[in-house]
Amino acid sequence: MTNLFALYYHRARLEIRLLLRDRNAVVFSMLLPVFLLVIFGSVFNSTKLGNTNVTFAQYFVAGLLASGLLYSSFQQLAIAIPEERTNGTLKRLVGSPMPPSVYFVGKLAASTFIYVFQAIALLAIGHYSYHIQLPSTATLWLDFLWISALGLVASALLGITFSNFAKNAKSASALATPIVLFFQFTSGVFFVYANLPTWMQDISAVFPLKWMAQAMRGVFLPKSFAYQEVAHSFEFPKAAVILGAWSIGAAILCRFTFHWLPKNES
Amino acid sequence: MSAIEVRGLSRSYGDFVAVSDLDLSIETGECLSILGPNGAGKTTVVEILEGYRHRDAGEIRVLDVDPAHPTRSWRQRIGIVLQSASDLGELTVREATQHFARFYSNPRTVDEAIDLVGLSEKSESRVSRLSGGQRRRLDVALGVIGRPELLFLDEPTTGFDPEARRVFWDLIRRLKDEGVTILLTTHYLDEADALADRVIVVTRGKKVADTTPAGLGSRSEHVVRVRWKENDVVQERQTTEPTQVVQELATRFAGEIPGLEVVRTTLEQAYLELVESDQA
Repeated sequence: MTNLFALYYHRARLEIRLLLRDRNAVVFSMLLPVFLLVIFGSVFNSTKLGNTNVTFAQYFVAGLLASGLLYSSFQQLAIAIPEERTNGTLKRLVGSPMPPSVYFVGKLAASTFIYVFQAIALLAIGHYSYHIQLPSTATLWLDFLWISALGLVASALLGITFSNFAKNAKSASALATPIVLFFQFTSGVFFVYANLPTWMQDISAVFPLKWMAQAMRGVFLPKSFAYQEVAHSFEFPKAAVILGAWSIGAAILCRFTFHWLPKNES
Repeated sequence: MSAIEVRGLSRSYGDFVAVSDLDLSIETGECLSILGPNGAGKTTVVEILEGYRHRDAGEIRVLDVDPAHPTRSWRQRIGIVLQSASDLGELTVREATQHFARFYSNPRTVDEAIDLVGLSEKSESRVSRLSGGQRRRLDVALGVIGRPELLFLDEPTTGFDPEARRVFWDLIRRLKDEGVTILLTTHYLDEADALADRVIVVTRGKKVADTTPAGLGSRSEHVVRVRWKENDVVQERQTTEPTQVVQELATRFAGEIPGLEVVRTTLEQAYLELVESDQA
């Protein structure tokens, strides 16, 4: 078993090293939330939410952290796995005695790495440039941790599931990118969720991003803001259940749809 | 003992029959070449034996395991060099080799594997910067890193220049000397001739010959082509009695026969005849 964990460790290191050697990944994937924060933060710097002292940037950073979960795992894996299926990475690995879990642990490690990088950059730049208030209690930091962890797992599993239906990296990218953008608009990242049309709220309430963003708001907005949410609560338990359900559903779907070789090579 | 036993292997892709009722066996320590033109079904056969593709029919044992149900301990014992791969790009040769070495219980050392394929000077180079031939050699290094008993090589030298091909052949001979059983597919006859103990010729998914490289040549060794020029047109006759043909011609031309050639069938011609007669 120790050997298996050693393989997890080495695969994770390899994935992260490859990530850092890919400049496009560093600039576009890892820094995108920071770019968005700088753009929106600069434009809406002095805008306050309603008649409160909370800035739009404070609201926005919660949504960007939730988006970061999607970028770093869903979008990342939805594009990277079809590419590795096409270029023979997966074929070589499955032809070796590597335990299959090693591959997935490596991918999850890479996604975690991207997310941690994004989160630190967002919070540091947000705090020092846009006066974003960081969570003030240990409990809130713990909430931030479990929301991030569960969000990463759910998004990663959905990314792997998505990859099984993509023909190649190009079509995966062409599909995954607008999907993420769509949910950012409808799940309360770019707009205040409570102000969206009801039908739009109803659609996005089925999917994970709304719950990740809402839970993140529970960490980054004052408690009194819970009243502004549609359910008058940040609904942590419901968010946990829904993200957990998506994780389990996606894991089952992956189990039956994941394929190491391109469809025409088996 | 047989390293590979195949009986009645068939595989179709939709209406296209890629492999049809194929038998083959490879003894331990033997180098068998599957020879055939592009699209003959070589890769389908090899990838079924490697456990990648499924089959429609047939009995298969590869190191006593049915490759349709590959196990990790079985994967420890085989090495695979695929026909094409464009992965590993931003890793160095050493990193890639080291990474794959970890998956095996008794691997070669990284230096040994890199040295074996002659990439020592490139060990710190990114895989994406290697030439085609160097990349192929890295594929072999990864194929043999786990000390396989059985090595699959699928068209390993396609696109090589003649010099690179010779270097590669030396490498395969070294592995043979170590006692590794090798299954080599190629569409180059000289490659099969240089490396294989036995040759199977496959065209359109069917086995049309199972012999030694020498045997392949001798199939029509007794047939000789006599060529000459008559009214500026080259004439040819295939015969088993060339001397008599030449004598007749000498009488007819009353002396020197214009453009006379007497040609024994080469291995190449024997192969081409085999492939063409099947496709005619």
